[in-house]
Amino acid sequence: MAVIVDLAVQGVQMLLVLLLAPLLTGLVRKVKARLLLRQGPSLIQPYRDLARLMRKEVVLAENASWLFRVIPYLIFAATWVAASLVPTVRTGLMFSWSADLIAIIALLGSARFFLALAGLDVGTSFGGIGSSREVMIASLAEPAMIMIVFTVALIAGSTQLSTMAAFLVSSEVGLRVSLGLALIALIMVAIAENARIPVDNPATHLELTMVHEAMVLEYSGRHLALIDLTASLKLLLYVSLIACIFTPWGLVPAGAGAGTLAVGLTAYVAKLAVGGVLLAVFETSIAKMRVFRVPEFLGAALMLGLLATLLLFVSRSF
Amino acid sequence: MRGLTFDVAHLLAGSLVLVSFLQLYQDRLYALLNMFALHAFVLALSVAWQAYVQNAPHLYVTALIALVFKAIVIPVVLHRIIVRLGIHREIEKVVGVGMAMLLGMGLVALSMVVMLRVTAGADPLAREDLAFALAVVLLGLLMMVTRRNAVSQVVGFMSLENGLVLAATGAKGMPLVVEISVAFSILIAFIVIGIFLFRIRERFDTVDLQALDRFRGERR
Amino acid sequence: MAPVLWALACAAALIASAPIAVALGDTPQARPAVYGICLTASLALLAIALLALLGVSDTTSVATLPLGIPWLGAHFRLDALAAFFLAVVNLGAAAASLFALGYGRHEQAPGRVLPFYPAFLGGMSLVVLADDAFTFLVAWEFMSLSSWALVMAHHRVADNVRAGYVYLIMASFGTLALLLTFGLLAGADGGYAFADIRAAHPSAMTAASVLVLALVGAGSKTGLVPLHVWLPLAHPAAPSHVSALMSGVMTKVAIYGFVRIVFDLLGPPDWWCSMVVLALGGVTAVMGVLYALMQHDLKRLLAYHTVENIGIIFIGLGLALAFKHYGMSLAAALALTAGLLHVFNHSVFKSLLFFGAGAVLTQTGERDMEHLGGLIHRMPQTAFVFLVGCAAISALPPLNGFVSEWLTFQAILLSPQLPSWGLKFLVPAVGALLALSAALAAACFVKAFGVTFLGRPRTPAAAAAQETDRFSLAAMFFFAALCLVAGILPGFFIDALAPVVQGLVGARMPVQRGVEWLSIVPIAESRSSYNGLLVFVFMVASGMLAAFAIHRLASDRLRRAPPWDCGYPDANPATQYSASSFAQPIRRVFGTVVFRAREHVEMPPPGDGRPARFTVDLRDVIWDALYAPVAGGVGLAADRLNHLQFLTIRQFLSLVFAALVLLLMVLAIWP
Repeated sequence: MAVIVDLAVQGVQMLLVLLLAPLLTGLVRKVKARLLLRQGPSLIQPYRDLARLMRKEVVLAENASWLFRVIPYLIFAATWVAASLVPTVRTGLMFSWSADLIAIIALLGSARFFLALAGLDVGTSFGGIGSSREVMIASLAEPAMIMIVFTVALIAGSTQLSTMAAFLVSSEVGLRVSLGLALIALIMVAIAENARIPVDNPATHLELTMVHEAMVLEYSGRHLALIDLTASLKLLLYVSLIACIFTPWGLVPAGAGAGTLAVGLTAYVAKLAVGGVLLAVFETSIAKMRVFRVPEFLGAALMLGLLATLLLFVSRSF
Repeated sequence: MRGLTFDVAHLLAGSLVLVSFLQLYQDRLYALLNMFALHAFVLALSVAWQAYVQNAPHLYVTALIALVFKAIVIPVVLHRIIVRLGIHREIEKVVGVGMAMLLGMGLVALSMVVMLRVTAGADPLAREDLAFALAVVLLGLLMMVTRRNAVSQVVGFMSLENGLVLAATGAKGMPLVVEISVAFSILIAFIVIGIFLFRIRERFDTVDLQALDRFRGERR
Repeated sequence: MAPVLWALACAAALIASAPIAVALGDTPQARPAVYGICLTASLALLAIALLALLGVSDTTSVATLPLGIPWLGAHFRLDALAAFFLAVVNLGAAAASLFALGYGRHEQAPGRVLPFYPAFLGGMSLVVLADDAFTFLVAWEFMSLSSWALVMAHHRVADNVRAGYVYLIMASFGTLALLLTFGLLAGADGGYAFADIRAAHPSAMTAASVLVLALVGAGSKTGLVPLHVWLPLAHPAAPSHVSALMSGVMTKVAIYGFVRIVFDLLGPPDWWCSMVVLALGGVTAVMGVLYALMQHDLKRLLAYHTVENIGIIFIGLGLALAFKHYGMSLAAALALTAGLLHVFNHSVFKSLLFFGAGAVLTQTGERDMEHLGGLIHRMPQTAFVFLVGCAAISALPPLNGFVSEWLTFQAILLSPQLPSWGLKFLVPAVGALLALSAALAAACFVKAFGVTFLGRPRTPAAAAAQETDRFSLAAMFFFAALCLVAGILPGFFIDALAPVVQGLVGARMPVQRGVEWLSIVPIAESRSSYNGLLVFVFMVASGMLAAFAIHRLASDRLRRAPPWDCGYPDANPATQYSASSFAQPIRRVFGTVVFRAREHVEMPPPGDGRPARFTVDLRDVIWDALYAPVAGGVGLAADRLNHLQFLTIRQFLSLVFAALVLLLMVLAIWP
């Protein structure tokens, strides 16, 4: 019986992240528009966009291969699996022991691998720009992410996200220097991975400023709908990850009742909303970096992560 | 000694190291001055916390001096000097940002090793804060060595001095007299540096040290 | 009959088929006969090794044959470590022979390849089976020389001649280092059998020298930086199935040599040993992948990438040494298992990638990626298995590359318990280097697959390619399936490695067979676990659910049209990204420091009809700093000594006279 309940919770988690992802994107866009003194699209506009794209016909380049058509499904599957393993409302997800945080990062890495291949598939120069810049960003963002994982894993004693969250909710942690450094590094990496200003502009189609948009330039119709949903899902994943590790209050332990679950759900939605607003404010207040300043930005994130890990290796009390 | 005091002291000392790294990262002069103001502000917070933990009211005065002079007065004055002399606002680097970050990492590791091995028997809170303080000093020196702009050298020197103040407060007890004398000597040094900058700018139309080297007659 | 004797019989059969190949000469039956014999013999050796490793037959069997030196004989031994490496070697050999049954049809000079190929296979197996220093070194040299002959198979190409020359020098240098290693280990009494060496206890100074010499000797064969320079010259020069063997299998034989000497024969390691190995491993990993990113020759890229994977293996071995020194045997078992699992994984996916490169080479005649493109349409099956290989080597779940990398990360997470200060700083740095090399490896293989197989064909040869033959495809599909199986069911492989690890560090990882749902648990359930099968099932289920939902809810119309390209379509395939343009951002970030990469653009003035030229200038810093001065010095000394050839008779006599007087003086003065 408990197995059925656990399975149901895991399934609900998967649906929840899928349903909330476009809402988060809509919130970020709305807040950005308001900050620029515009009305902005409505909060549910991303859902309407997805529905519209699904209805449209796919226009496929003549020399696109079978890989080009399969890749949207591949990256959606990888990102959805990763997102459903991050504790949002409740720790102790049923399949959390099948993939720990390192595996989640590697799943996101495989999504990026295939997206970069999609950029190269049609054989245009725009796709090539996107792919080559994306792998340059990834070559520094992924090691920074791994260093952050090391830091949190050394503090929490495990790489499983549910165990980490449960440990961090308990009061043994306190304010630690390495966690502070890891938080800053994680925010920098999250900005880079989600193609947000100052690393990449998600709202433009100019070659000077695009990385993610360049790779998916040739996609249309239902494929583009899947890719947009994947991008929203990735943003939700990173915000949930930051919330789960650095603001774990409100996470419900396993085996709690329905009332506590409802409280946990409101806490989670509130954290998402706060994260979205902060992201929108940050994006509006800073200009986009030129492309070759991004490696310095991510190199700083890598150094911060390495410093945090180093401090934990040196002394337990950091 | 676990608990909130330990953690907050570490957090503030660690933030000081972080702001030193942020100073190394900047390539624009005004941003660097903002970072320096932040550095002094974090130092003031850290000294104030130490005053609270150690029950040493004279350290509050140190914190106030750091806040008023180093976080407000000096950055504002430097800002005005830059505007008046029309100093070039981009910082030329000898070593790129990536390499400077790597060297900074190495220096932090070095100060960890040295401090934690040398003070093996001392109070853990003091030891680790001293390690951070030495790291801040070394990072300030790194900044002076790897940046060509004279204003950035002044900032590097100031952040080095901030590291020394952190070390002194962490080691429990730097009498107020010494602190006042140090502060005044800094003020004098600053005035002298300011005058020099003015003269250099008058004479050579630039404060880029490479240009000064050429006038010195260095063979390259 | 003891298993080791069966193994020796198969190895002897392999070596005996070399003269058969010579006898058959250039007849059309020679190729299937020789490769068929190699395939059966390798499969037999693989079976023997697996039976010994899994404990079905005797785990340790010894044999002494009356060959070689009269009072020493030739000792052979098949224990758990030898069984594992024998299995790895012969798995690769069997697949390469299967591949060659099809690939060998395109060989222009079969008479130069067929005799040496079985000798190479036999030599590798004999190295793993050897139980005394003499047999080991003879087999090692035999392996080197037969592979050198294979590298020189296409000797009309000038690059191959240079490759063979550098390879011969480095191989001899490595053998010299190993000779000194065994000399030091055997001691003044000359106990060359491994059993005697194990019983002896060398002094600290001797042990230090042995470690350094073993690193140099075995390390040069694996491609450890800075001794890697021969690898990217020699591996691409050989025929593709031999390249696969050299990269995927011969480097593992060298790793076997290192593990045997340092973990088994040397005794307890010193405190600084692990630091040297870790540092070298980390540097090798990053340098290897950076070199690989700068290449546009497909086989050279794969050869440089081997260097990176060897670095990862050495990181695992270094961690195991560190844990072993401080008595943390469970952690040592984890680190060693991670390293050895990567040995197996690398041999599988690197061989797969070289097979793919060989298929592309035979069908298009090109190795240069900048002349390929669009092959996914012309060679769909090769493209599919090559993609699986690329995904496996980039450590993407649920394939096997991820498992060994995950285990290495778990071992790194155990290292704060190490009391040494040096290690406290080195291990996080090495962890960062490992993560960096993994991310760069993914970039490298996006480039390799994307530029070669995707996009539009850049030359007519690429546009006219056909799919390869069945044998090559069979070998490639088999390895691709093995990548998936090793990624989904890693518990079986970890359990199979347990006897090896137990023998070397005295502990083993927890038994994986009983863990529910087929997860792997490296230390404890509460700490971390990974389930490849569930991740795979999850991904497939999510993908199919998405596909189902899309097909129910979305429109299914599709229309082909020219590419959008932001409104600037260009029919010329030269406008798409090439290998060097893809690597340009990374070259600019890392290459300016590591390779002193400089780009020059020569732009003719307006009105001039000449094309603009873009050149990239890369310098191999290690070659310039280490090898060029040494080569220069040797050349200088040789020139000076050359004068000795042209002396008159009087001067020769005076040389003899001076030597005689000098020796007499030494006798007079010696106390």
